[in-house]
Amino acid sequence: MNVAVRQATATQRLKVVDCDIHPVYRTAAELHPFMSARWRDHMATFGTHFRHGLTGQLPYPRMMAAGMRVDAFPEDGGPPGSDLDLMRKQHLDANGVEYGMLIALSRGGMEERNLDFGAALSSAINDWQLECWVKKEPRLRAAIVVPQENAACAVTEIEKRAGDPAFVQIMISPRSSDPLGHRRYWPIYAAAERCGRPLALHVAGYSGGHPSTGSGWPTYYIQEHYAMSTGMQNTLASLVFEGVLERYPKLKIVMIEGGFAWLPALTWRMDKHWEHMRAETPHLKRRPSEYVREHIWFTTQPIEEPENPEHLGDIIKWIGWDRLMFSTDYPHWDFDDPRQVFKTRLTEEQKAKIFRDNAKAFYGLK
Amino acid sequence: MSRQVVALASEVAPGSCKIVSARGREIGLFKIAGEYFGLSNRCPHKGAELCRGMIVGLAQSSTPGEYRLWRPGEFIRCPWHGWEFDIRTGQSWCDPNSVRVRQFHVAVEPGAQLLKGPYVAETFQVRVEENYLVIDL
Amino acid sequence: MKVPFAGAIDCDLHPAMPSVPALRPYLDEFWADQFANRHIDQLPFTLSSYPATSPLSGRPDWRTASGAPAADLDALRRNVLDPLDLSCAICNPLHGAVALFNDDMAAALCSAVNDWMARELLDREPRLRASILVAGQSPELAVREIERTAPDRRFVQVLLLAMGETPLGRRAHWPIYAAAEKHELAIGIHAGGTYRVAPTYSGWTSYRVEDYVAQSAAFETQLLSLVAEGVFQKFPRLRVVLIESGFTWLPTWLWRTNKTWRGVRAEVPWVDRTPADIVREHVRFTLQPVDAPRTEPEMLLRTLEHMGSDRLLLFSTDYPHWQFDGDAVLPAGLPADTMRKILMDNPRDTYARLRDLPAAGGGPGKAEKEAS
Repeated sequence: MNVAVRQATATQRLKVVDCDIHPVYRTAAELHPFMSARWRDHMATFGTHFRHGLTGQLPYPRMMAAGMRVDAFPEDGGPPGSDLDLMRKQHLDANGVEYGMLIALSRGGMEERNLDFGAALSSAINDWQLECWVKKEPRLRAAIVVPQENAACAVTEIEKRAGDPAFVQIMISPRSSDPLGHRRYWPIYAAAERCGRPLALHVAGYSGGHPSTGSGWPTYYIQEHYAMSTGMQNTLASLVFEGVLERYPKLKIVMIEGGFAWLPALTWRMDKHWEHMRAETPHLKRRPSEYVREHIWFTTQPIEEPENPEHLGDIIKWIGWDRLMFSTDYPHWDFDDPRQVFKTRLTEEQKAKIFRDNAKAFYGLK
Repeated sequence: MSRQVVALASEVAPGSCKIVSARGREIGLFKIAGEYFGLSNRCPHKGAELCRGMIVGLAQSSTPGEYRLWRPGEFIRCPWHGWEFDIRTGQSWCDPNSVRVRQFHVAVEPGAQLLKGPYVAETFQVRVEENYLVIDL
Repeated sequence: MKVPFAGAIDCDLHPAMPSVPALRPYLDEFWADQFANRHIDQLPFTLSSYPATSPLSGRPDWRTASGAPAADLDALRRNVLDPLDLSCAICNPLHGAVALFNDDMAAALCSAVNDWMARELLDREPRLRASILVAGQSPELAVREIERTAPDRRFVQVLLLAMGETPLGRRAHWPIYAAAEKHELAIGIHAGGTYRVAPTYSGWTSYRVEDYVAQSAAFETQLLSLVAEGVFQKFPRLRVVLIESGFTWLPTWLWRTNKTWRGVRAEVPWVDRTPADIVREHVRFTLQPVDAPRTEPEMLLRTLEHMGSDRLLLFSTDYPHWQFDGDAVLPAGLPADTMRKILMDNPRDTYARLRDLPAAGGGPGKAEKEAS
């Protein structure tokens, strides 16, 4: 459907909550107002410092436009996702977005090896989200970016933002330096629980520095893309087996852009093998699948497309109709349009849950 | 059906696409080897604006590590999920549904080694009348 | 449920591995001397994926008095071959030699283990077949061992571990696949690893149960490595078996990979048909572990439907690993023809070297015979 037609029908029919929108700064200079001179200089001289071999680009080049939709480039020359007006026209208005959750994959807290710089960047990006996006567009909400490998600093940043309802969640990359269940991250979860914010796990580049598979570095982008789902599985197992979900019973977690159809098989596997190995993890009082059922939600994009669309219905039924939340990943290339995304037959009630109500409940939105 | 003048022939250059509107339809116009083609601006997969994608050749290979470009400039990649469509015929080049077929039939065309998919983007015949491009809609 | 008829083929059996002193007759003079004078002959060479005392490594009723998993030839006969009335079982040697960094030492041990299996197991029990143990970290030495052992047609497969240092599809590994294809040997990729890199993409897990759960994700990425790198284009007759991998993750893999491939195809243009087509033709999965809830058989049956082919599963007990209790080796609710495929037809079709097996009767199993 073309944009013009989309806009005409949007307000009549569609109202969605989009749980994954990526704002991008035109240049790093957009962050300058939110950084001290010391860190502006550092950024200009030393720049970001990541755990891979190239500067300013990814070692697995994307298939198009740095992983963006080719039709999402603003006319004024900035990168896709940098222009609020285009985002409104092309997406928020056109697709009936009632609320959009910003996931700022800025080269900030998640990946920076210089932890002090990471803390400064995180704070700057959080200010930038507020000033340049949320304050200008009431449909948008922000996520607290934190220097996740430095738990104490991460907690400081969380507590700084906790009073501002513009921030609806805390963003962490599951591609961390240790699996996210490790105790060194627990202060972050304690802070999340204290301030009543869910965790949003969204993959970001090369945060932790480990190969993206448990058997070494892949060769092609198709493999690197796939690793987002296996990585999310590993992360979920860590959160379960390390007892994070036992220790923080009020914690809610949304897994973003990792796929979801893998969940039933993973919970079955965790339950089965935990049965024999339970003595190893006496801190778990319940089966893995029970923890997952209570604490974990998933966004829909990139939605899996079975040859027989009804098979996806089985999967969602097994996961629970209340656990999925619609997302588009705008403006990335593998965008899901709310009108087209489900080939599986859904009832109106199921659509309402997935496109809107589950997210409203999760985020406490009206 | 009525004859719609959609553009000046000179407005459509090789390697680029001009998107025009005619009778409520958006159509991308292309010029390949002196001929004009029209493709619906709607991807049959998930409805993206197909014609705003990149114009490419089709990557082919007969063995890992070998790379060939087939018919440069004659395919368009959808800007969303990257599916490749033959501009001349609208035919998609990756078949997601072939898995049902045990013995699959490869459409043999010179250089073509991919299974043709069932997704076809809607095409329009473009006629040249003097300096104008015309489509019957 | 029990195996309903005689003649099934078990595609994953783990005989107890010989100690280094027991390998002495099969080592050349240099290595025999080295192992003695460096006291390497006192080392157990147990893979950390399967420590002997871990619950996974041995079902409680399949252990010796001293607590070790019971897997000498007598135990294999008593607990698996005879009661299940198998026509054949494939021995997959899980030996720590492959985790050594000294490739030559690893290869020497692998050769000795293969010779030991041929003499001590295959010669003494005609129902047994085996996988060739190789030092996968050195394709050159692995190929040398494949060439040396391949003439013994009781070796039906080459064994690699699921979690090594580089993904198995990478071209450096291809000489192994070339040799396997040439000799009509399947490639068996078995759960476990050498821990050269962290087992997950965010680093080192704390618990063994986590490591084991993470195997299925590793298999997903290995499968994609093989497909994306074009291993099946380069070696069109190759068959790969994922062993002790779980399989209920497969439908999602097929759906996701097909979808992504359509958009990223140009980077791997030799992949000339859908990844799902490639997997359904070239790849098989052993039955155990069945990662599905026993109390809800409908979920497994639906998952089998999602897999889109009844040719993919190969019967296995994974003896003596603890994957099922009693004689419940088969999941409940399988239709009879599906069971037959899993138990007999699929293994035969997968392993070219099992063509020599006499056609199995498919008559009542021992247990049924005794009951009636």
